[in-house]
Amino acid sequence: MDINFSAQDLAFRDEVRAFFASEYDAEVAASLSGGQGEDYKQAIISWQKKLHAKGWIAPGWPQEYGGTGWSVTQKFIYETERGAAGVPDVVPFGLKMVAPVIYNFGNEEQKARFLPRILSSDDWWCQGYSEPGAGSDLAALSTTAEYAGDNYIVNGRKIWTTFAQYADWIFCLVRTTKDVRKQQGISFLLIDMNTPGVSVKPIPTIDGKHSLNEVLFDDALVPRENLIGEQDKGWTYAKALLAHERTGMAEVADSKRMLANLKQRAAAEVNGGQPMIADPVFQMRLSDIEMELMALEYTELRVFASMASGGTPGPESSLLKIKGTEISQSIHELQLQLAAYYGGALQGELTNQQLGHEFATEARKSYMYGRAATIYGGSNEVQRNVIAKAVLGL
Amino acid sequence: MNFEFSEEQVMIKDSVARFVRDEYDFDTRRKIIHSEEGISRDFWNMFAELGWLSIPFAEEYGGFGGSVEDTVAMMEELGKGIVVEPYVSTVVIFGGLLAASTNEALKADSIPKIIDGSCLGSFAFLERQSRFEIADIATSAVVTDTGYVINGEKTVVFNGATADSLIVAARTSGGQYDRQGVSLFMVDAASPGVSIASYKTMDGQSASTISFKDLQVSASQLLGAVDQGMDIVDQVMPDILMALSAEALGIMATLNAITVDYSKTRQQFGTPISSFQALQHRMVDTFMACEQTKSLLYRGLCDATELAANPQLGSVELQKSVHALKATVAKSGKLIGEEAIQIHGGIGITDELNIGHYVKRLMTINVTFGDGDFHQKKFNQLSYSAL
Repeated sequence: MDINFSAQDLAFRDEVRAFFASEYDAEVAASLSGGQGEDYKQAIISWQKKLHAKGWIAPGWPQEYGGTGWSVTQKFIYETERGAAGVPDVVPFGLKMVAPVIYNFGNEEQKARFLPRILSSDDWWCQGYSEPGAGSDLAALSTTAEYAGDNYIVNGRKIWTTFAQYADWIFCLVRTTKDVRKQQGISFLLIDMNTPGVSVKPIPTIDGKHSLNEVLFDDALVPRENLIGEQDKGWTYAKALLAHERTGMAEVADSKRMLANLKQRAAAEVNGGQPMIADPVFQMRLSDIEMELMALEYTELRVFASMASGGTPGPESSLLKIKGTEISQSIHELQLQLAAYYGGALQGELTNQQLGHEFATEARKSYMYGRAATIYGGSNEVQRNVIAKAVLGL
Repeated sequence: MNFEFSEEQVMIKDSVARFVRDEYDFDTRRKIIHSEEGISRDFWNMFAELGWLSIPFAEEYGGFGGSVEDTVAMMEELGKGIVVEPYVSTVVIFGGLLAASTNEALKADSIPKIIDGSCLGSFAFLERQSRFEIADIATSAVVTDTGYVINGEKTVVFNGATADSLIVAARTSGGQYDRQGVSLFMVDAASPGVSIASYKTMDGQSASTISFKDLQVSASQLLGAVDQGMDIVDQVMPDILMALSAEALGIMATLNAITVDYSKTRQQFGTPISSFQALQHRMVDTFMACEQTKSLLYRGLCDATELAANPQLGSVELQKSVHALKATVAKSGKLIGEEAIQIHGGIGITDELNIGHYVKRLMTINVTFGDGDFHQKKFNQLSYSAL
């Protein structure tokens, strides 16, 4: 066994580290830390354009479409450094979700039309998958696209659509043929958000923010040229994409950084003259998480090492999403516990100084929105079903 | 970066796995446990012939010159067979302490005897009052004209009944809890002044209460410098804990495999119970617990390699990893053992089935050199006291 990176890889790590240190400064960090509205959107776009200018916006893409050409090791190092520096991941819907479908299954016109604007963050994409009646059972979706003339006429409702309020485009799974097996008869359609008949309805969430939406389609006309691949084959393309979504969700570096913050905060919070970090019960809760994270770090390394040597990830890869999200939720939970009374304060325009606490609002919002982590990307129950079937053969 | 065992390690693993599969089935093990000595001398001699007893020892003593990684590779497979022959007691603990000592004459004399199978050894450290703090020692070793005289009592000396030699931790100075002032002595188990009362343990092995009454030892029987015995213990402890954890990992993987297989054959309500989601998710959780434990074991091994290459780094990272490992072995072991029994149903609590016997070895490993809470507390002290 050998845990070391090559000198070349270490040099790459230093380059990435230096880039984040100089470019992701306090101002950028503040602009990206959970704002709302148009300012927040512009802050994200401007940061992503910076990454694009550097050539690092799409490490996962094939080089011919604008990928970095990095090795598995370099991609891993990049992700680790990003998480460690506290840099938020790119908005995934364009770069990590629809783009792979377009370059794998789209035609040349579609590639030329969409990929460059995804790379440059000039188009903002959102994901139209879930519906009120189709969550974990995604294939039960009922939004219809009826073929008429050169257009599809789309009717139905998509739900839980993150950042639809910012989006220029939505990629949708729609039902084009009825009365067949539910996985058949589904097509993959790209829809301009400005199409008449498309409307967005906000869904406020328990963190007090607006990230999620319903997207409604009322006789929306979508040109046939926006169909990916063949009609009725959309499920195949979507499945390939879901596999993409389920990798790299351990977010170990992010959790390590959050845990380091948590420890600092626990050292500063005092109860009866004793810092919380010195409280034996709190220490047990903390180390329950920290030890599990130390294990997950090596589980992720094991997966990475087998990929780097050209192998396919072993069964251990399937637990990354489950453990990763459970750990990040546990960290949020302890952070909110630290905030005690202040966690319930709806701070509004009050400064932290006036409120009397530094991180309570952030702690509450992280905890609240963090509950989504075990629901999205294939709920953790669905993930367990997958492991039961694929790994244990149950 | 890679987490594969080397070709040589895979060969060791394979040969132990073959032994467990072909020669150490559950009935054979049961017969050995109920034999007079409770271990098989034939198998022990075979271990010697195959070189298994030489693995961690330096070549100058006739050893294989292996690392803790080699021991771990081997222990995982021994765990799968819950092999009762005292490999951990003799090779890993007794042999490990000896190998870490600075008494060259003693090493040159004793290590070859471990390797050729003629010496079984045990470490006598525990006392009635000491629980998990090894340095809590009241047994005294008082200087005399010719050496030392030892008086006191040791409890739960694993494999004490079969041991030819004992390493005895005794106090040469300081107060009862002081780490400074503990010395390690090599003692012939047949010496006058040593009396041994032995009993079986639930994991199919044995342990002893050993009393020392005016036992005369010479200074040449000291493993290292007088009063500095805990340094040797500290140095060897990560290897011991990783070896025990590897054994536990082998047991956990086996319990999971047996349970998954059983669930596919056991029919209830007209269908295999493996089709029930309530059980599927529990088996996924035990699978994940096993993988996470393996990851921490690998983390410990990598930290040990790092430390060996860069001693100036200090051992804190290794210690944290090993405490986390042992604490996680406790948690995972409890989960996996209890789920294995539960998913088997009534048959799971019968003595006839192997499940309960795997569980009992896991429970014994859990308390050996500190249970999960003990190690988590140590982890906490190392991780949070400076903040």
